[in-house]
Amino acid sequence: MKLAFELNGKPVSLDIEARETLGETLRARCRLTGVKISCEAQVCGACTVLVNGLPVSACTYLAYEARDKRVTTIEGLAGESGALHPLQQAFLDNFAFQCGFCTPGMILAAKALLDENPHPTHEEILTYMDGNLCRCTGYLAIVKSIQQVAAASAK
Amino acid sequence: MAQPSEFQVVNHSVPRADGVAKVTGSAVYTSDMVMDHMAWAKVLRSPYAHARIVSIDAREAARQPGVIGVLCGDDLQDIRPYYGHAVKDHPLLAIGKVRFLGEPVVAVIAEDESSAQEALEHISVEYEELKPLLDVDAALAPNAAAIHERDDYVQGNFRGFDDQSVAIQGNVCQSVHVEWGDVDQAFSTAAHIVEGEFYFPMVYAYAMEPYVAIADYDAKGKLTVHTSAQHPFMVRQDLADVFELPLNSVRVIVPYVGGGYGSKSYTKIEPLVAACSRKIGRPVKLQLSVEEAFLTTRGDDARVRIRTAADADGRIVAKQATIHLNTGAYAENSPMVARKAANRIVGPYLIPNVRIDCIAVYTNTVPASSYRGLGAAQITFPSESQMDELAEKVGLRPVQFRLQNIARRRESINPQARPIDADVASDVCQAAEILRIDAPLPEGHGRSVCCSASDAGAHPVTLAMVQVYGDGSVSVLSGSTEIGQGSHTVLAQIAAEEFGVLFENVRVIGSDTGITLFERSTGASRTTTLMGRAVLEACREAIAQCKVMAAELWGMPVEDLEEERGGIRRGNQRLSWAEVLEKYFDMQGASIVGRAYLRRAGDLKEIPVFWEIGCVGLEIALDKETGKISLDTLVTIGDVGLAIHPAMTESQDIGAATMGAGVGLFEELIYDGQQLMNGSMLEYRIPRFSDMARNIHLRLAQNRDGVGPYGAKGGGEGSVNPVGACLANALYQIAGVRIRRLPLTPERVWKALQDARRR
Repeated sequence: MKLAFELNGKPVSLDIEARETLGETLRARCRLTGVKISCEAQVCGACTVLVNGLPVSACTYLAYEARDKRVTTIEGLAGESGALHPLQQAFLDNFAFQCGFCTPGMILAAKALLDENPHPTHEEILTYMDGNLCRCTGYLAIVKSIQQVAAASAK
Repeated sequence: MAQPSEFQVVNHSVPRADGVAKVTGSAVYTSDMVMDHMAWAKVLRSPYAHARIVSIDAREAARQPGVIGVLCGDDLQDIRPYYGHAVKDHPLLAIGKVRFLGEPVVAVIAEDESSAQEALEHISVEYEELKPLLDVDAALAPNAAAIHERDDYVQGNFRGFDDQSVAIQGNVCQSVHVEWGDVDQAFSTAAHIVEGEFYFPMVYAYAMEPYVAIADYDAKGKLTVHTSAQHPFMVRQDLADVFELPLNSVRVIVPYVGGGYGSKSYTKIEPLVAACSRKIGRPVKLQLSVEEAFLTTRGDDARVRIRTAADADGRIVAKQATIHLNTGAYAENSPMVARKAANRIVGPYLIPNVRIDCIAVYTNTVPASSYRGLGAAQITFPSESQMDELAEKVGLRPVQFRLQNIARRRESINPQARPIDADVASDVCQAAEILRIDAPLPEGHGRSVCCSASDAGAHPVTLAMVQVYGDGSVSVLSGSTEIGQGSHTVLAQIAAEEFGVLFENVRVIGSDTGITLFERSTGASRTTTLMGRAVLEACREAIAQCKVMAAELWGMPVEDLEEERGGIRRGNQRLSWAEVLEKYFDMQGASIVGRAYLRRAGDLKEIPVFWEIGCVGLEIALDKETGKISLDTLVTIGDVGLAIHPAMTESQDIGAATMGAGVGLFEELIYDGQQLMNGSMLEYRIPRFSDMARNIHLRLAQNRDGVGPYGAKGGGEGSVNPVGACLANALYQIAGVRIRRLPLTPERVWKALQDARRR
């Protein structure tokens, strides 16, 4: 079947199979391998992408559901000139990852949080981010990164 | 916490070398890779824990659309199908019988992943069920059948410790005995004795990238494997043995790795994927799901019977323990886990009389192997729980009792090992102070500081090369895998420090067994200590070569050269090392190689190469109505000699402590009969954002007392170990209940509270 949607700001049109997940489409057809697949059960958040600005788990979200919508992956987050998004920079500054497998999903979930709530409390960060797992960092540096970006946008 | 440093690059938290790639999604992991003409494999797994394979009919599967080939145990007769670095007991597909539910039985290779998956349904396997032996007691029962009927398994190449015998007897995979002093005499005269049985659960490491490998076995007999593995050289050895290939015909390449924590130590699916590629003459990829990863490797669960004795003054006089590890169906690295558990249960204490037996037992469950801490988490829970029990009997506060018994620097806790190379007492004091261990406690709160000492570093054989270019850039060729711990950053820092070049001018290449020199493994917290030191020595060897060249250029003896950081000087004339090379070769592009070969010799002769100290303080809050424990304050002390990269070192400490808290509070693999009941991330609960401690203090002890570069030594595992005991001890302080089994789930705690109330 045909699928048309906006991917990282550009229109795309693809032939897909009806049963295909958005994660499969993005990774195999679009070669956007920043979309990471881990639990395949909507638990870990590694596959988080933004659809119309809201976080979804690409591992279980059918590609067809994204028709005519705006899809943002980690590859679409940096500016045209390659300038990093403030969250990407904050993750670097705070060493908010080790193996990096959760990082694309983590950054996109954090972006959705800050888009919705630019100045979250500590508690709000924990609650919003609770569906994104990281096995390496113990989360502290990720929280700091989100707080850093929130604080900068307050200025 | 930043202190002025005498160093330019090391001991500074420079940007991660892999940072931009990881935040932009451009970092390539094995699971992201595809090759030209690549096919996909899928695996049919055993539905029984223990059964004979009567017949396999895969003809229908072979006829399915897209299917290229089918492989089962009977097809492996022209290779050596059993692998294992410790014991070659593990067939790459089941041969004749299956030994755990989930064991690979048939592999289907197809043009795409879903065709391979669908074809699995067209395979029929007839089994004759055998009685499954699902726990240690069943496997050790007098009439228990042997899970491994053969007694002619071959010793692997890297068993890893001195007592080399393959010790398979019945279902005993390995037994280890540690003894000194006269334990029976000491117990018979001791003033205080505590005794108990503890259980540390089966755990799953959950590396977020499940096992994945791509093998290309070409027509000329050259095998190239990309894999998400921690120890590429171990994998190479197993592949060379299985396919009877020379080492130079097996190339193992490790791209970025999505987590390891020990679970990607040693060989996993690589021989099977290579056999699939050999079968069809094309590259083949096998990507396991997380649910399949649950069925591939877990941590050994441990039942520990332990007793400890003290004299009237509160000095520990004896410790005796029997540790049973449930090792699952294949040995993997459990012989080493057994050895380490036996060594590490002593802790950082001076104990004159010790007798430890550790028995790793085959059962019909998922094979157990390395898990962060390598045996130490399993045994620190009982040993440090018992330290608190004994302190109470003696009448001392737990920290005071520990301090009174902790070995001081250069004292020996094990007569056959390197003396302690750390100030553990100072670590414990610091943790207690930050935790305010003696301050009044809020209602429902408890505090504990626990510690551990691990004989870390594994066997020191570590080889490294650096390539120095005439333009001032440097490449480090390292067989240490970047698994997220930051080795590619740390090794570049060391080279930049030594050559006096910018950190950004150093690139680390590896791991690739076709390019990089041998490194035994990436684990046991060894990389900074051993590979870091090898890189440092390789840099200095290259600099020595540069000096000879400079001496020739300037027509003077080498001894008369005035060396300064980054180059040499004669009067006001200065040449950087790069300029020396350019002038010497009088041509752009030429480069030289410095190398270092570390082995078990010199100051690395004594094992362990360093003691990895774990020291954690916890304050917990208990909800007595529900039994739920939450973390109020976490303190970690990273006793690392010198932190080459302080921020990444602290990040490893909190990450390790968080893994420890996972096992301490909710992680446990649960079997119901043959079936693993919670083998998916829907049911296996790991720590989340909301589980974080409310207050976190990460501290480093930097006494430059390690054998690594600039006095560094390893970290990253230590903080896992003490957490379980911290939780149990703090709970005891709150409620007076002593729970000797992890995890401390709300249900388990609530029941213990009810039982205590009834008493």
